[in-house]
Amino acid sequence: MPKRDYSLDNPAWGTRRPVIVGFLCNWCSYRAADLAGISRMGYPSTLRDIRIMCTGRLDPTFVIKALREGADGALVMGCHPGQCHYDAGNYKAMRRMALLRRTLAQFGVHPDRIQLAWASAAQGTLFTETVFKMTNAIARLGPLEWHDTIDELVPRAPAMPSAETLVEEASHG
Amino acid sequence: MDEKIGVYVCHCGHNIAGTVDVEGLSKWASTLPDVAVARDYRFMCSSLGQELVEKDIKELGLTRVVVAACSPHMHEPTFRRACERAGLNRYLFEMANIREHASWVHQHSIESATDKAKSLVSGAVRRVKELKPLEPFMVDINPTTLVVGGGIAGINAALEIANAGHAVYLLEREPSIGGHMAQFDKTFPTLDCAACILTPKMFDVGNHPNITLMTYSEVEQVDGYVGNFKVRVRQKARKINTDLCTGCGDCWEKCPAKVVDQVYEAGLGYRTAIYRPFPQAVPKYPVIDMESCIYYQKGTCKACEKFCPTGAIDFEQEDKVLELNVGNIVLATGYELFDPRRISPYGYGRLANVFTSLEFERMLNASGPTGGKVILRDGETQPKSVAIVHCVGSRDKNHNVYCSATCCMAALKFGHLVKERTGAEVYSFYIDIRTSAKNYEEFYHRLLDEGMNFVRGRVAEITDAARQPGEEGKLVVQVEDTLLGKQRRIPVDMVILMGAMEPRRDAVDTAHRFGIGCSEAGFFTEKHPKLDPVATMTDGVFIAGACQGPKDIPDSVGQGAAAAARVLTLIGQGRVEIEPVRANIDEARCSGCRICNNLCPYGAIDFIEEPGVSRVNPALCKGCGTCVAACPSQIITGQHFTFESIMAQIEGVLFDVRAGNGQSHTVEQLPLEPA
Amino acid sequence: MSQSRQYAYYPGCSMRATAHAYDRTARRVSEMLDLSLQEIEDWNCCGATEYMSISALQAYSLVARNLSLAATQNATDLVSPCSACYLNLRKTNDNMKKYPDLNDQVNQALAAGGISYTPGALRVRHLLDVIVEDVGFDAVAALVKQPLKGMKVAPYYGCLIVRPSVDGYDTEYPTHLDKLMQTLGAGVVDFPLKTHCCGGHMTQISEETAFELIRRILHNAADYGADAIVTLCPMCQLNLDAYQPQVNAMFGTRFNIPILFFTQLMGLAFGLTFDEAEIGSEIIPALAALGKIGQESPEQVAPKRRDKKALPMPIP
Repeated sequence: MPKRDYSLDNPAWGTRRPVIVGFLCNWCSYRAADLAGISRMGYPSTLRDIRIMCTGRLDPTFVIKALREGADGALVMGCHPGQCHYDAGNYKAMRRMALLRRTLAQFGVHPDRIQLAWASAAQGTLFTETVFKMTNAIARLGPLEWHDTIDELVPRAPAMPSAETLVEEASHG
Repeated sequence: MDEKIGVYVCHCGHNIAGTVDVEGLSKWASTLPDVAVARDYRFMCSSLGQELVEKDIKELGLTRVVVAACSPHMHEPTFRRACERAGLNRYLFEMANIREHASWVHQHSIESATDKAKSLVSGAVRRVKELKPLEPFMVDINPTTLVVGGGIAGINAALEIANAGHAVYLLEREPSIGGHMAQFDKTFPTLDCAACILTPKMFDVGNHPNITLMTYSEVEQVDGYVGNFKVRVRQKARKINTDLCTGCGDCWEKCPAKVVDQVYEAGLGYRTAIYRPFPQAVPKYPVIDMESCIYYQKGTCKACEKFCPTGAIDFEQEDKVLELNVGNIVLATGYELFDPRRISPYGYGRLANVFTSLEFERMLNASGPTGGKVILRDGETQPKSVAIVHCVGSRDKNHNVYCSATCCMAALKFGHLVKERTGAEVYSFYIDIRTSAKNYEEFYHRLLDEGMNFVRGRVAEITDAARQPGEEGKLVVQVEDTLLGKQRRIPVDMVILMGAMEPRRDAVDTAHRFGIGCSEAGFFTEKHPKLDPVATMTDGVFIAGACQGPKDIPDSVGQGAAAAARVLTLIGQGRVEIEPVRANIDEARCSGCRICNNLCPYGAIDFIEEPGVSRVNPALCKGCGTCVAACPSQIITGQHFTFESIMAQIEGVLFDVRAGNGQSHTVEQLPLEPA
Repeated sequence: MSQSRQYAYYPGCSMRATAHAYDRTARRVSEMLDLSLQEIEDWNCCGATEYMSISALQAYSLVARNLSLAATQNATDLVSPCSACYLNLRKTNDNMKKYPDLNDQVNQALAAGGISYTPGALRVRHLLDVIVEDVGFDAVAALVKQPLKGMKVAPYYGCLIVRPSVDGYDTEYPTHLDKLMQTLGAGVVDFPLKTHCCGGHMTQISEETAFELIRRILHNAADYGADAIVTLCPMCQLNLDAYQPQVNAMFGTRFNIPILFFTQLMGLAFGLTFDEAEIGSEIIPALAALGKIGQESPEQVAPKRRDKKALPMPIP
């Protein structure tokens, strides 16, 4: 077992384990994760990573999708500010993430569940530390269970009437 | 549409199989929807492994392939080629990284590692189904090259390319090429005269039929992509008509305006307003420094014009702005010396006889301000003792953490030359003596034999505040001698500070201008620190020399040649493939909101007035996807990283925790309204 | 005219005794600069330089009492002219904020006296910093009636005001006192020992050590041609001034350099009389040095011709 484990003190977990979806940028953080692997650094298997070319590609709906589909948290990692492979994609990610966290907080999603971090391709250790920190944070917060908590809060929209119905209604208007 | 996906789980010897249940994984993968076949094999990247894939594509009619193995950074190209050989478009392939991201990092538990591998494979399988076939597009390589920076690295790169028969523009900011090496006196470890070995190369550059030398010039803007760069260059006006000038020197001999030469003489000597930087300058033409020229400041004088025998002075000459079309760019912009005023206890600038290493080079140089004599700032006294302080601004948490690689050798060189010319006592204050390259250690031993004194300790203070007799009128070096374990105060006449090699002050700007990355300090970022030190992440732009990191002359020369070789490879190929990972705007659905236009760091999105839509220039787009994420109508396709493929991948990795609604997310495009 | 800026004022024990010149001129000059200094009611000793290393918690609590009393006054800033008092107050304020355990313990101690202090409620400043930052050099220059031209002063900061490095001042080479003296019109001698130790309380513990340190500073200032040393700490002033004769006796030197407080020089430049500027309370008399004000010194005429042989100095 790695020396720094995470503790599942929060009883809400039961037999479940935290699930975190990671969005790693191709040039920096993905390579940092590779380096962590090459260096055989151990970290919790809570992170399930997805590769994108740049954190600038990160559509906020990806994070929402991940949380909806059962993840307890989302970790977005990119190049350090000023070192983005595509010049400034990570700055755009910063803005989007800030807004996303605020918005989701209004839905009851704790902002710590969505994290934005930086690691350069040479920082395997930093990558590992970030995964540990994130896992511990999620472990403390407990499972998200979007469908049982958040979905219930959003009233279901009525079904959209068909185009023919609308046209008919308009002509009788 | 039904796809036939082949999934291949690699054992990678024990690397994966030791921690992940590869057979179980492969069996499990075969149960996933659309998976036609799932196999496991010891070494997928071997020729037998690849043949396995090719065979299945041909015989089973596979339409997609997933290999669960190492990182795509290792073998994505390998397997893409395998697919292509078997007739499957190479972009219909996906890798699941179950080695670096699973087996190697979750060694504590086979169950955890296998579960993680399952989620990654599941993600890859869902994603690969959504991928579309793509074709890379080919671009021609313009065989002309631009080399920016006329120091030893740039000169070498230019000569190599030019000798291979191709045209080169060599651009230099200063009026002459030569760089810092032209300022040095002798070079270590051979003690060759720097000018003697440099000037033949400078001469070659100046006379080479394939090299167009553009000095006193700067790059203003760079557009384009590998093989096709458009570079806007400003050639500053020398105020000399170079067709008429013979380089005779009458003009600068007669010029009455004298200023301190901050560039070439490092602030230690003077020059006139119209000047040639040094006698062996290439090109030989002088330049007028408008800020110190009496004519430009007050409207009088014009002595140079009066005395010029060929009438080559042209006060009205204007800057010229040119556009160069080149295929490749080599950046060899060099370094700048650390300003020791940042370390106030060393007294540089306050205490007269504290010198920087560059000032001291000029002092040693026979054509320098003292004619090669080692003397104090008063211009006449010879020092009887000299202190050389290592690591000024290097290996220092407060300034630069790195080691500047060259200063130990340069310090030894100075020690030798001081002893040779003055017989003075020389003290070196060092942390470690770093003499790692060929014949360097032997040079160090030579200095030990010559009687140079070495004190291991970082200098705390250089002061003229005398405390005891013997210190009056001297500069006192206060240091803890860590070998003796005592504080020492050593009075000397002269101190030389070995400053750090830092990036140019405007290096970050330069990096942005050329579209490459640099570290926070400003050293340009290489593609791979071990295996690719001269390429950058931007195809077609290469780096060489001290601008990539502190290094000595042999390494700079080597890198210059390496960059030239890379350029020649591209020129030799004639055409290169550009990856089709790009953005594509669906113009029929674009509402012309233009949110994407300014987000692109490459200016690759144009707005077309008629019909009022935005359009991506595929040659400039580098595929970052920022515009794709920003489009409020979601009508920009990020090729190979589409919305659908990523959404599918998210569902895939969360296969075991998805809440029971089981529905996939599809983006339904509303039907277009008739115009 | 803007409203006076309010500051809680902690004079410190030496202000009542050997450094009364500093205290009085500080108050006079502050009034002229429109700074209102409200002395804290019933303040106690700050513990000077030793107490912290003898008994940390007691030392912090002792200082925190002053902070607590100051916090009840109508001011956000607490200013002290003495470097040691300043450092103790500042350290206590900053450390209580940084270390919650310390904060708890100190407040426990204060509670025994029925008071408390929330760290960070006050900003702790040195008087020099207040003048340089809050008033500014321009406002000071506007009040200068009698520029101190002709006199060369060596600004001596002492060790405590710049260490640790806070508020952006360079620990090895601060320049704000130099600039202030320049604003008053004085010639400034940039001598390298300006942040070196004056010996502190070593004068009581080991005379040899302390006197050697004092000798170095005096020697260096004299070497650089200073007519007087200006300082901002009562301890430094006392050491350099009161022990100067003994230093001369021990080393056979003949120093005769007056040591003045910067507020005294400010007062003189603003037009105060010698009495109002408390001239005469110093041991090494300052009159001779002050007599140089307004005199043209021959060496001030710079050589017109560039010395042909000398190499140029680096640009500043």
